[in-house]
Amino acid sequence: MYELQDVSKRFGATQALHPLSLRLPTGRTTVLLGPSGCGKSTLVRLLNGLLIPDTGRVLFDGKPLPRDTEALLPVRHRVGYALQGGGLFPHLSGEENVTLMARHLRWPAARTRERLATLVELTRFPADALARYPAQLSGGQRQRVALMRSLMLDPDVLLLDEPLGALDPLVRHELQGDLRAIFARLRKTVVLVTHDLAEAGFLGDGIVLMRDGRVVQQGGLADLETRPADPFVTRFIQAQRPVPGGGVVA
Amino acid sequence: MSASRSSHAWGLLLTLVLAACGGGSPGSGDDVPTVRVGSKKFTESVILGDMVTQLARSTGARAVHRRELGGTTVLWEALRRGELDVYPEYTGTLRQELLSGRKLPDDAALREALEEEGLRLSAPLGFNNTYALGMKEAEAERLGIRRISDLLAHPELRFGFSNEFMDRADGWPALRERYRLPQRDVRGLDHDLAYRGLESGALQVTDLYSTDAEIAAYGLRVLEDDLHHFPAYDAVLLYRADLESRAPDALAALRRLEGRLSEAEMVKLNARARLERTPEAQVAADFLASTLGITAEVRGESLSARIWRRTREHLFLVAVSLLAALALAIPLGVLAARRPRLGQAVLGLAGIIQTVPSLALLVVMIPLLGIGSRPAIAALFLYSLLPIVRNTAAGLSGIPLEIRESAEALGLPSRARLWRIELPMAAPSILAGIQTAAVINVGTATLGALVGAGGYGQPILTGIRLDDVGLILEGAIPAAALALLASALFEAVERAVVPKGLRLRAESESR
Repeated sequence: MYELQDVSKRFGATQALHPLSLRLPTGRTTVLLGPSGCGKSTLVRLLNGLLIPDTGRVLFDGKPLPRDTEALLPVRHRVGYALQGGGLFPHLSGEENVTLMARHLRWPAARTRERLATLVELTRFPADALARYPAQLSGGQRQRVALMRSLMLDPDVLLLDEPLGALDPLVRHELQGDLRAIFARLRKTVVLVTHDLAEAGFLGDGIVLMRDGRVVQQGGLADLETRPADPFVTRFIQAQRPVPGGGVVA
Repeated sequence: MSASRSSHAWGLLLTLVLAACGGGSPGSGDDVPTVRVGSKKFTESVILGDMVTQLARSTGARAVHRRELGGTTVLWEALRRGELDVYPEYTGTLRQELLSGRKLPDDAALREALEEEGLRLSAPLGFNNTYALGMKEAEAERLGIRRISDLLAHPELRFGFSNEFMDRADGWPALRERYRLPQRDVRGLDHDLAYRGLESGALQVTDLYSTDAEIAAYGLRVLEDDLHHFPAYDAVLLYRADLESRAPDALAALRRLEGRLSEAEMVKLNARARLERTPEAQVAADFLASTLGITAEVRGESLSARIWRRTREHLFLVAVSLLAALALAIPLGVLAARRPRLGQAVLGLAGIIQTVPSLALLVVMIPLLGIGSRPAIAALFLYSLLPIVRNTAAGLSGIPLEIRESAEALGLPSRARLWRIELPMAAPSILAGIQTAAVINVGTATLGALVGAGGYGQPILTGIRLDDVGLILEGAIPAAALALLASALFEAVERAVVPKGLRLRAESESR
């Protein structure tokens, strides 16, 4: 679905991404994994044109991503996007957030209603909470609304930037389960950003481990564990294992 | 391309608004000539203006009187632009101030110079209202001061002069030079406040006009101008030359005032208006009846009718200027938020406009827009820009990055993002800016009276002139009430316009 060719990005004095080439396979869930500041969020923003690479190019469906904002619009309709905290519009209710694009594209009301019902069922969102405003929703509910909003136009690709980052562990655990079920059911191309190894292993078909704007290793979780490309891979994995000797920090 | 179309639309709207407040010319289809009379904002000028108005009416002409305009230049410009036909003036003012650059030696040269401007002078009305210096009689007696030269021996005296006298070429600077006066404690203030300063002892010497009603009332001694510094200020009527062909009968009637007003007569008339609080129109009518045998009807207006008329005038100034400001300031605010560098320039310019004193701005507007509501609306419009532009820009820039990014990533075009996301989210800030502008606007609009725009400023101006607190309150109380009302109105609008989701957020944040 995506192919990145020698793509790099710099912000002022910081080289956020060194030139890198990467293929993101269609219908699979790829997890961009790494510590904060490794460039994974920059990478995901290159995929929907929120950022434009300094060098190289991003191929979407075999064609280079247009730079012109007007020409990017149809691409963005095919690429759903949700970020940490949901990025919900506070002045719109949950339902209005989800159906905003449908209204903008003047979908018939029946079609919008039908699609909304499908999404509510898919994300196991309580239908009576649709009329609530973001300020009245729990963190988990907000994330579900954001997910519905990104799926509203039935996009080919789903980009999720730390979608579970701001949630407490119980809600996070529940949503991880739901997300895996949703990915399995929809078979969309998913790119998910996280710094959590367990989450990456649980949700991803493949993992891209990044550090300091470079890809360190690409493969399954087992590959990273058994055939680390770099001592950093082992250190990163070790750091997220339970503490030896019972796993409980007194 | 869409940007240029929308700016075209704003321009059209502004044009409409300005045309709406122009009011059109007072002339109508029939043959009845119209005489537009002006007067300065002191009692003598208003009485003369009323006499002229009533005389013109007595010939069947239509006459309007723009009373109490703020300053000589305002009237002079309005006369030259043809927005006034006639106003009472003084030869000294014309020679020393308005045409001071020409160094005119006598009145014949003055007439010639005015002819070039298309203006003419009547013969003198009879009295010379020149500048003079005055002190409390008792104090002058105690210090032994009779002549201006006597002031040289008393450098500790406190002087308070009208602002005009402080600034004009033949005023304080020239007087000081001529007599070599040593006093250092010299301040400028409103002429009407100077008398009260003398009374309270805050001042000891002030400038007077030789026909001031207060000379007798306050027990003042007029100091002899022993070096003959002050020139003659013979009262005359200054009118447009075209009045001779346009309204010959009315002009002939006005000129019946020539030579009919002695200094003693004028002091008496001034005293009736200022000290006995007889309306100027009545004073003028009584004089015309007794001297020229002309009866004029003086229409009174009830308090409620006056307040209602001024409320309409005031609301008109505020509403038109605020609407026009909205139409320009909100797009400018959007531009400022989207192009930060351009935004700095826009905000800087609006900030500079804000620092221009309102009176100066009004006077600057007169050559462009004349007198009446137009310059007042233009000035209020300019003053309203900054709060609205700044709050619009701040409201838009304050939208969190993740929300702007989400809107962009959804594939909403720029214009839809503005209407569906950005403006609704900035609404509370924008409304607060409009509210600020409206409240400032209601207060500043009272200055509109200085350029003949009417409104609540008119009784305030008259009240200050006549030292009449009741009249001042007649303008000040409704103005304060209107400001509170405007503020309350915008709070109601905020409840109606600000999306519920935003109010929820504000509540949860304030908890």
